[in-house]
Amino acid sequence: MSEVHSRPIRVETKQDVTILFAGDSGDGMQLTGTQFSETAAILGNDLNTFPNYPAEIRAPAGTLPGVSGFQVQFGSKEIFTPGDKIDVLVAMNAAALKANLKLLKEGKIIIANVDGFDEKNLQLAGCKTNPLEDGSLAKYHVYPIEIGKLTRSALEGTGLSTKEIDRSKNMFVLGLLFWLYTRPLDHTINNIREKFKKKPEIAEANIKALQAGYSYGEATEIFTTRYEVKKAKLPAGTYRHIMGNQATAYALIAASKKSGLPLFLGSYPITPASDILHELSKHKNFGVRTFQAEDEIAAMCAAIGAAYGGSLAATSTSGPGMDLKEEAIGLAVSLELPVVIIDVQRGGPSTGLPTKTEQSDLLMAMFGRHGESPVPIIAANSPAGCFDATFEACRLAIEFMTPVICLTDGYIANGSEPWKFPTAKDLPDITVKFAAPRNAGDPKYLPYKRNDKGAREWAIPGTKGLEHRIGGLEKQHETGAVSYDAENHALMTKLRAEKIEKIADAIPLQTIDNGSEKGKLLVLGWGSTYGTIKTVVRDLRLEGYDVSHAHLTYLNPFPKNLGELIYNFDKILIPELNSGQLARLIRDKFLAPVIQFNKVQGMPFMESELKEKIIAILTEKEK
Amino acid sequence: MPALDLGGNGKKSDLPVLTAKDFASEQEVRWCPGCGDYSILKQVQSVLPELGVPRENIVFVSGIGCSSRFPYYMETFGIHGIHGRATAIATGLKASRPDLDVWIVGGDGDLLSIGGNHTLHILRRNLNVNILLFNNEIYGLTKGQYSPTSPVGFVAKSTPYGAIDHPINPLAFALGADGTFIARTMDRDVKHMREILKRAHKHKGASFVEIYQNCVIFNDGAFEAFTEKDVKAENDLFLEHGKPLVFGKNNDKGIKLFGLKPMVVDLTLSDVSKDDLWIHDERDRTKASILTRFFDEPGSEHYMPRPFGVFYAEERFCYEDAMLDQINLAKEKGEGDLDALLRGKETWVVD
Repeated sequence: MSEVHSRPIRVETKQDVTILFAGDSGDGMQLTGTQFSETAAILGNDLNTFPNYPAEIRAPAGTLPGVSGFQVQFGSKEIFTPGDKIDVLVAMNAAALKANLKLLKEGKIIIANVDGFDEKNLQLAGCKTNPLEDGSLAKYHVYPIEIGKLTRSALEGTGLSTKEIDRSKNMFVLGLLFWLYTRPLDHTINNIREKFKKKPEIAEANIKALQAGYSYGEATEIFTTRYEVKKAKLPAGTYRHIMGNQATAYALIAASKKSGLPLFLGSYPITPASDILHELSKHKNFGVRTFQAEDEIAAMCAAIGAAYGGSLAATSTSGPGMDLKEEAIGLAVSLELPVVIIDVQRGGPSTGLPTKTEQSDLLMAMFGRHGESPVPIIAANSPAGCFDATFEACRLAIEFMTPVICLTDGYIANGSEPWKFPTAKDLPDITVKFAAPRNAGDPKYLPYKRNDKGAREWAIPGTKGLEHRIGGLEKQHETGAVSYDAENHALMTKLRAEKIEKIADAIPLQTIDNGSEKGKLLVLGWGSTYGTIKTVVRDLRLEGYDVSHAHLTYLNPFPKNLGELIYNFDKILIPELNSGQLARLIRDKFLAPVIQFNKVQGMPFMESELKEKIIAILTEKEK
Repeated sequence: MPALDLGGNGKKSDLPVLTAKDFASEQEVRWCPGCGDYSILKQVQSVLPELGVPRENIVFVSGIGCSSRFPYYMETFGIHGIHGRATAIATGLKASRPDLDVWIVGGDGDLLSIGGNHTLHILRRNLNVNILLFNNEIYGLTKGQYSPTSPVGFVAKSTPYGAIDHPINPLAFALGADGTFIARTMDRDVKHMREILKRAHKHKGASFVEIYQNCVIFNDGAFEAFTEKDVKAENDLFLEHGKPLVFGKNNDKGIKLFGLKPMVVDLTLSDVSKDDLWIHDERDRTKASILTRFFDEPGSEHYMPRPFGVFYAEERFCYEDAMLDQINLAKEKGEGDLDALLRGKETWVVD
């Protein structure tokens, strides 16, 4: 590709840019966004992405509910969110424009596919007049481009059908954006060749469309400026691009390797968690067993069976699946077997918002089972953070012989970012010690005898002399025999709870992520709100506000110093994508007067809304 | 019919000689006096020493119900799970540990009502496990409600006006789920039960054995038409591979197939010979299907005798073997390298 311009073109340097690719759910916007992001990552930008798509596979074309979007913020500074407001809106049709225009900053760019603004599309989107012509977009730089027509003419003579050609129009757009942001095409070209290995004619057509988009940028008179976003100053190291669910899957494999245990995943397909099952089922060369069960219950029960047999066992699901698994999680609590339960949270109740994000399963993870049934809870705070959280969940499950719930959510599970990945050597070993075989004459094996952590031994079938029975009925302390004794039940309930409490000794103390240790306001978050809170607190501190940020990974038990830490602040703000679940736990545990900031719209926080809230508190506009 | 190999798949010669007592745990057995479960427990304990499997390699998995207390009484590994899920727990165990000898024990409520779905799936996946269905046509542990196998009109605590649910035919269900080994036996015929247990164990695949089991408290005598000496010969049909279907006190009745329609014929009549009768073939799925439909109540019009024995046996690949094959095949192409996985295809360096 020649970089010598045939006309005067200015190249402007930007610190950060947010682009939203929006179109019909069949327009390939997710692929386009992913390719753009991967290239940005490889060029050394920091970035964060947010795919936002409808629950229907092909919602009615051209309508507002059918709009699928992929938002990416990339920059030469550290990026923690996919961005609030966008700089570039790619609208493949009228509905995509209408649904997302409110996100576009004034004076910024719209790249509109003119073919998607014909009478039919306008009608489907509910536009009485054509926004590209009626003057309503005067506040923006609009580039109306006949993307469909240009793609067709670029692919004329390829022998492909019009339908097949039309599927490549997303590549034309991508090529144009690559030109606009001075990015190379080679990564995407390689990916297209790989993806369509078995259909070389489709691969070549897509590449042609990509190149045509790039050349169009170069040749057309309408663009007078190109943009450049330099490498980000990230901590030194080697990076790759990663999505949340992928990171979760990798962590399970890594924990399997580091513990020496074979990995077993029992799972039932559910949005937005299925990609964990998909990813793991590719890696059989690590000895991974993936079991697509007949339902969520069987997935959890099979994981229990595998754990009993000595595997590193896990199950992956989302809210409705959690409902179904809870009884079996209670069994794992009673059997005291290690199982990692990954809950990729989504909007509820019931089927709720399958493709939208929420943090509303925390109280369920905490209290969702009948009886006194404590389970440790860990939450991931970013796409790459899914790796750390899941790996840690595996470690705790094995070390404390307990099911562990690992909470991620749709936002970070499908989102992506650069990841300074660890080497196998960097990761800690997970020590596993199965109960040793016994000979005749040895003292009787006691399946519920506990070590100093309160954990029982892992005695797997096939071990001589360890024949024993365990089950969901209450068991006698140490012997594990069925017992309905009142005192014993009280003791066992206490021992099970104490074991989980002792995990606090095995996890790091809570730290302040950003800001001072004492002050006016602590913003206390958990899970996927990390990026937004981080960005907002950073910006506000630069503006001189006295605000600090602490972010919880361990939700049960809390780090030992958490009470002390929060009382160093005059006020505590807890932003959550629910109606106040962590707030309840903090109030309950520490009797602390926390201020809630809640959002249940199936969407992550906007930086602007959080910023406004914090300023209101700090300026006493709000008590 | 090939001779039965009663040895299991273990290395018999290296093993200490065990007896039924070695398989009895210290836990006091707490079924009601006279419960049919005692007989089943005893037969299982007496068969296991003959199978040649090391005791530590045996796992009994159960759900909830009277029969699901079974694992507690076995001096083997055991899990007493949750209601209906024994088959799902066993699936995870067997899939990850094909070396273990896995037995599943459950009642009609456990395996066919709350756990019906998992029973269907373990049968079609054909894991190499043994499933013992203790059918007593009643909910015992919850004190006497009708079960999915209770007949229409059955009066129980929750059905004072009689049950209106059409009952499940367990063996037709198992065959419909493409089970590869389907058999029926009864608590009162211990010799037959032991033989069926051995056959079930020998079968590689999911063996489904329905055992008629008397609940002495809530449904006493439910199967007496099939278990009591004076009537049993007229009502039961014992299946033997390669042998004609003959029953009756004096072996004087037979089953003859007219097309796909079975008929009882009187062997004392001069124009019928045993050579004309239906010869049992365990490998014939169509015939097995007809046999599972011999399901009418004794005394009903056109009553066909209730079959006991192995209805059907088929060799089909087991899920856990196929799972392992895929893993081995993938490993042959190169064992997974964690660093390569974490690094991925494209990386960049920040200085």
